[in-house]
Amino acid sequence: MARIELNHIRHSYLPEPKSDADYALKRVQHTFEDGGAYALLGPSGCGKTTLLNIISGLVHASEGRLLFDGRDVTALPTEARNIAQVFQFPVVYDTMTVYDNLAFPLRNRRVPEDLVDRRVREILAMTGLEHRARRKAQGLTADEKQKISLGRGLARSDVSAILFDEPLTVIDPHMKWALRTQLKELHHRFGHTMVYVTHDQTEALTFADTVVVMFEGEIVQIGTPEELFERPRHTFVGYFIGSPGMNLLPAAIDGAAARVGGQSIALPGRPGPLAGQRIELGIRPEFVRLGRQGMPVAISKVEDIGRKKIVHAELEGQAIAAIIGEDAEVPAEPHVIFDPAHLNLYADSWRVDMEGRP
Amino acid sequence: MKTWNNKAWFMVLPVLALVAFSAVIPLMTVVNYSVQDTFGNNVFFWAGTEWFEEVLASDRFWAAMGRNLAFSAIILAIEVPLGIFIALNMPRRGWGVPVCLVFMALPLLIPFNVVGTIWQVFGRIDIGLLGRGLYALGLDYNYVNDPIDAWVTIILMDVWHWTSLVVLLCYAGLVSIPDAYYQAAKIDGASRWAVFRYIQLPKMHRVLLIAILLRFMDSFMIYTEPFVLTGGGPGNTTTFLSIDLVKLAIGEFNLGEAAAMSIIYFLIILLMSWVFYTVMTNYGTEKG
Repeated sequence: MARIELNHIRHSYLPEPKSDADYALKRVQHTFEDGGAYALLGPSGCGKTTLLNIISGLVHASEGRLLFDGRDVTALPTEARNIAQVFQFPVVYDTMTVYDNLAFPLRNRRVPEDLVDRRVREILAMTGLEHRARRKAQGLTADEKQKISLGRGLARSDVSAILFDEPLTVIDPHMKWALRTQLKELHHRFGHTMVYVTHDQTEALTFADTVVVMFEGEIVQIGTPEELFERPRHTFVGYFIGSPGMNLLPAAIDGAAARVGGQSIALPGRPGPLAGQRIELGIRPEFVRLGRQGMPVAISKVEDIGRKKIVHAELEGQAIAAIIGEDAEVPAEPHVIFDPAHLNLYADSWRVDMEGRP
Repeated sequence: MKTWNNKAWFMVLPVLALVAFSAVIPLMTVVNYSVQDTFGNNVFFWAGTEWFEEVLASDRFWAAMGRNLAFSAIILAIEVPLGIFIALNMPRRGWGVPVCLVFMALPLLIPFNVVGTIWQVFGRIDIGLLGRGLYALGLDYNYVNDPIDAWVTIILMDVWHWTSLVVLLCYAGLVSIPDAYYQAAKIDGASRWAVFRYIQLPKMHRVLLIAILLRFMDSFMIYTEPFVLTGGGPGNTTTFLSIDLVKLAIGEFNLGEAAAMSIIYFLIILLMSWVFYTVMTNYGTEKG
């Protein structure tokens, strides 16, 4: 168990990076607190896996320092870092039995055999693989293979951190849920620092206390699931989290109001000076009220997704989405009102504070 | 119920005809010779199993057989570990890959008799680089007179000629291993040996089986290279079964005995290959 500090980490896969675009990771400054459950969330290619591999030592960062509990481990190889990592695709040593697979990371570190046995039995019980323990790890389903991979990651009880790199991608949906719950339970029981990489927001939000959202090699926001939903710091977070994502409307500022096309929308506070920047107004579909009053919109499509309906409409030529209850009626002359408490203002994609509101 | 249509057998006929001409008929001629005797004038007598008994009772046959087995054992013991070792140390990416592959493939492209000639000249003590070099170092090397030197030269020649095959096959097995395995092994704290034993060797298992089978069969049938290099000498010390067979059939024109010997030789190779194959395909799965 350890506190993991990333100190100005930059990484490029090119031998001589010149511009920022050459970096897979552009300046990451973050601390994973001891015993925290973190999710690294972001689209494919945003640098999540690179960051994870830098922590485990599979990749050595081009710049910056990495500290475990204040100890500099930047130059240490993977074996010396005492990190467990589970990969996206299962790795199973198929000439060994399932039991030996789980014992492998322990035996490699010369753990006494009676301790190995106790630990492996625990993992077997946890993953439900007891009936296969003495069989060769061959001809297994993808689920079972990934359980073995997960089990090997969890086998060592003294690791600094356990890193998961999209470990449930190959697993059936119902199994996914069960395994994720188990991981969470394990986290509560043993208090390991866990970092979970995923591009699935539900997975991230249900697993982690703190979600780290990455975009194009940078951390754009760190926060609780609630913060990410309510106050996205970057338009990407607004768009990536939530389904559908946040509505973003190009706007102009006029005192304490925002102008979108011909409409003026009152802001909860007066923003600071924002000269010459690209200004956008952000509102989640959940906080767009559809009714007979407010700004007129033209509805293009209504999607029924079960308990809710998603209304796609046009406001002043801009596409906007609203979520309404399944029984709510769509008026003949539809208008929308934005809930002022949930308005966010963005300048060049970054959120700006408004007076009188955090 | 399935309907049986015997007309389907006609489909097999072309293959049957081909195999008959390429394998069955020539083989049957040999069988024919092996059970008959002649005193010339194209008159043959039925000899039964006499030739087989004679071959199996001859010291000459067993001596050649012993040399063959020893040769196969030695070259397998050298080429397989050496091949694996080279394959493990070949680059996985970058410009080194094609360079290494081409260099490795070169010896395989050279005709057998040319290989024999190359080493025949290479080993000569008057003009050969190897022979002259060893002589200059003060070593008493002469593959023409000394049986040990002759064996060493033949083995060196075979290792030079054929290790590449093992290397290329193993390399093909190695590059098919996804990076994730090596990464997981690092995380699991596996030693270099454990990586080889539990990741690389299992992945090479199939290709290695093919490599060993091919090398065994080829080395057990070796003819051209030692024939060109030593001609079976000095004395009979490098006379392998195939060389002996040719001496018997063409040199002494002893067709019956040579035919019987061919059949025995053939059956031995068939048996050995079957044993190798069964052992190696069952290895690792039977305990599962």
